[in-house]
Amino acid sequence: MTDLLEHASQSEAKIRSGAGKTYGIPMAVLAELTHRCPLQCPYCSNPVELERAGAELSTEEWKRAITEMADMGVLQIHFSGGEPTARRDLVELVRHATEAGLYSNLITSAVLLTRDRLEQLSDAGLSHVQISFQGSEEGLADRVGGYKGGHSKKLEAARWTRELGLPLTVNAVMHRQNLHLLPKIIDMAVVLDADRLEVANVQYYGWALKNRAALMPTEEQVDETTRIVEEAQERLRGLLAIDYVIPDYYALRPKKCMGGWGQQFFNISPSGKVLPCHAAESITGLNFDSVRDHSLAWIWENSPALNLYRGTDWMPEPCRSCSHMEEDLGGCRCQAFALTGDAAATDPACALSPLHEKIFRTAQTEAEAASNEFIFRNFAGGTAESGRK
Amino acid sequence: MSELQRSTPRPQLSDDSRPKLARHARLKFDKVREQWVLLVPERVLVPDDTSVEILNLCDGERSISGIVGALCQKYAAERELIRNDVIALLQDLADKGYLTVSGEDKQ
Repeated sequence: MTDLLEHASQSEAKIRSGAGKTYGIPMAVLAELTHRCPLQCPYCSNPVELERAGAELSTEEWKRAITEMADMGVLQIHFSGGEPTARRDLVELVRHATEAGLYSNLITSAVLLTRDRLEQLSDAGLSHVQISFQGSEEGLADRVGGYKGGHSKKLEAARWTRELGLPLTVNAVMHRQNLHLLPKIIDMAVVLDADRLEVANVQYYGWALKNRAALMPTEEQVDETTRIVEEAQERLRGLLAIDYVIPDYYALRPKKCMGGWGQQFFNISPSGKVLPCHAAESITGLNFDSVRDHSLAWIWENSPALNLYRGTDWMPEPCRSCSHMEEDLGGCRCQAFALTGDAAATDPACALSPLHEKIFRTAQTEAEAASNEFIFRNFAGGTAESGRK
Repeated sequence: MSELQRSTPRPQLSDDSRPKLARHARLKFDKVREQWVLLVPERVLVPDDTSVEILNLCDGERSISGIVGALCQKYAAERELIRNDVIALLQDLADKGYLTVSGEDKQ
């Protein structure tokens, strides 16, 4: 899921921003309908403090937000979670988005889907389905997802997706414990008739940060992955598009996270908070405005939290005098906060950050230690793998 | 090299193909930004004026020859050049799964 956001932000749209503004018209919205999810992936992109069902926006509140975003110029809505199909009103919300002129994507674990429900979603105007996979085979995939039988349900839902004529993206979240399966995952995506495969290395915020030692790939794995992906991209041209997200800790330049903080994208949390990305609540001390208190248009213009890291004025050195500052906008604020305690610091993924060497060594050390026990994601703040059963 | 096959192969365009945008590739004029956009999974593409004109002719009824013919009437360029541009644009979209072809006469 993490990576979908990046793709949204790296979109090929060259959309003009208003004159003099440091941000544009929002292009895509991630609507996290709920944090409820039957899976317990240790790298879940939701915040560690999950929002309870009782705090979720009502159907009417979501519909109003959807109407407002379409009026603002948003073009695509990604229905996500948690598990969005856990919301009983999903079909109604998709239909509302279609009527508002939005292009809708479903980002799902697929384990709760039935063929009938998928057909209803398709009839309601759903344009694209993205299914997350934890591996290419039951054993490991079901262990990572913490859900027995999950992998085979996903395969079934992927087939229904294509039978209904909907385009399919296979989202494969990759880490040390499943990277050896990558060639099989690529074959699986082709056999499933997927249009796109996202090979998304885990990004370390929230739950994934808690599980970093169990997930961090070795440098050799990352090099091998890049080789496999590049070979497959060439070989499968016209057959399967493969998007690749490398892990930040082994990068030299930081990513232009979300295309920049509050630039062209926002996220609505289950309770209605408007965030620049799904991970932004990991930065403590920021107050995010809610669609329960303000219109989306007001929030996009005025939210102090959204305005905080827009443009380049907030930047410290070495970003402030760096020739790459417009290119990467200083990298990721959540990662800067997670690794330095200061959200305004240069993203340590950047080779120019004084901490870059240190996080690179942390990654190497953790990967070599090969401690594979997960802390599974749940509403109780996580459960250690060894403490289950 | 690979034995792998899609169960729905990408169409190879010929002069007789009658192309149409796939259901999940939506061309629309965005009133807020005052420009045409092509909405596809995870992407928003911004087609140039020529591409918009070509895509608006892709109705699943007109063949590629018909599309080229319509453009030839409007523009002074040589037919072969126009045809090359049309095929290049549409085959690229077909390769990405954004274009379907109806009623193709397989030779």
